[in-house]
Amino acid sequence: MADFFTMLFDTTTTLGWTVVTLLKVLGFVVVLLISLAFILLADRKIWAAVQMRKGPNVVGAFGLLQSFADFLKFAFKEVIIPAGTDKFIFIMAPFLSLVMAFIAWSVIPVAPGWVVSDLNVGILYLLAISSLGVYGIILGGWASNSKYSFLGALRSTAQMVSYEVSIGFVIVTVLLLAGSMNLSEIVEAQAGGFWHWNGIALSPITLVMLPMMVVFFISALAETNRPPFDLPEAESELVAGYQVEYSSTLYLLFMIGEYLNIVLMCSMVTILFLGGWHAPIDVAPFTWIPPVFWFAFKALFIFFLFAMVKAIVPRYRYDQLMRLGWKVFLPMSMGAVVLVSAWVVFAQGGA
Amino acid sequence: MDLAVLLPAVAFYVFAGAAIAFAFGVVSARNPVRSVLFLIMTFFSAAGLFVLMGAEFLAMILIMVYVGAVAVLFLFVVMMLDIDFVELRQGFADYLPLGGLLAFILTVELIVLGASWHVSTKAEGLRQAPISGDTDNLRAISEVLYTDYAFFIEAAGLVLLVAMIGAIVLTNFHKPGIKRQNISAQVARKAEDGVELVDVKPGQGL
Repeated sequence: MADFFTMLFDTTTTLGWTVVTLLKVLGFVVVLLISLAFILLADRKIWAAVQMRKGPNVVGAFGLLQSFADFLKFAFKEVIIPAGTDKFIFIMAPFLSLVMAFIAWSVIPVAPGWVVSDLNVGILYLLAISSLGVYGIILGGWASNSKYSFLGALRSTAQMVSYEVSIGFVIVTVLLLAGSMNLSEIVEAQAGGFWHWNGIALSPITLVMLPMMVVFFISALAETNRPPFDLPEAESELVAGYQVEYSSTLYLLFMIGEYLNIVLMCSMVTILFLGGWHAPIDVAPFTWIPPVFWFAFKALFIFFLFAMVKAIVPRYRYDQLMRLGWKVFLPMSMGAVVLVSAWVVFAQGGA
Repeated sequence: MDLAVLLPAVAFYVFAGAAIAFAFGVVSARNPVRSVLFLIMTFFSAAGLFVLMGAEFLAMILIMVYVGAVAVLFLFVVMMLDIDFVELRQGFADYLPLGGLLAFILTVELIVLGASWHVSTKAEGLRQAPISGDTDNLRAISEVLYTDYAFFIEAAGLVLLVAMIGAIVLTNFHKPGIKRQNISAQVARKAEDGVELVDVKPGQGL
């Protein structure tokens, strides 16, 4: 029996590798879904607190079970498929956006070695998957056969495609500094205390990297359709954008996908700019806390900022959004790539 | 059979079969949006084949560029097209003889070409990879691109730049007499500039 188990979990064999990877995937999915329930609640609570409301406080102590109640509500409602829809694509679209949101997580290292697949081209994989995520939205909007949905989908796609460009260039600056596309190596390159973290390092290049972190954060807001860039769902103009016609479970899938993408963006800020799983200072009381918790703290802090932005900032006008993406962020991030490459070659002597 | 040999083989046949099936779907689907979706799936399967060959960089670029950008553009255009399907299918019988003839000629040419094709004896030498197999393919590609072929890639960049500027010049024309927004003026505007408080005397007005 013991032999069987050692064989089953031996990662050098194909069978063992498959079993271990499946278990890792299961672990990621379960932990992500459960934390998502509470992250959603936190989002609503923070938003409520800013507006001096109480927020959800009825289901469970402090409303802790609110997300689960919502889940049951969504799951037991009737799925309504409007007449004139392309039925197959209408049902496929939310699944697509959920699956894309989940598979992006397969390259995120949350602690040393805690990653489903340690790809050498991890960053490129993330960019590729996030460009695929557009399809869930555009197909859902088109298949609904509704003007509001279609307009919302077009807006959303144009917005996501525009901001992906500047996100790409910001990522290039980090790649240049780390000298690798592997996410674990990017995190390792920032080891040794918070003064080595890309975003806030004690080094002249921080004058470039700190603004780049802000650009990345704002682009991440636009990329995930969060306020102040939630024009695809602008309720005063488009009812609810691409998801007008979606109800019950299908809507739930869209929503889980959206929040997974938001948390993914928080993790990316953590990995690229805030040293990933590393403790801020490499001495005793800080190193007692396991790395995965440091990762979670940082990601949750960024999520807190996401929630605060949602509560504080009014919605952008669409032309201003496009102007910000193409005329401000794109030239800024391209300039930063030039500066960082110059820094790497001339100041650090790298090539 | 050993799993380590079996799995890549199974994966190859799955991806290759899917690529062919989806490619057939592109030309046979009645709805153009579905055609584009099949095209996307074909790109995706091709990317899977690249990964199996160990060219993961090419696979990611294929997905990013073709699936993420080009196909989105296709979808935009196709979704906004106003197509009358009945009218579209009407000419089918008229064009069948000509189309069939073209297809026949192409098929015969391909068969003739395939029958007369043989591997040159010098080809083996050209197949040697310029970079040894143990460097990862991202580094291998960039070492070739930015050292041996640096000038060619610069030239390609220039061609693209010219094309981009040409596209902008062709499509961008300013209509005279249209009010445009000056964003910096809008942002720089303060309450003091915009609002003037006037002490209006009773019974006088302005």
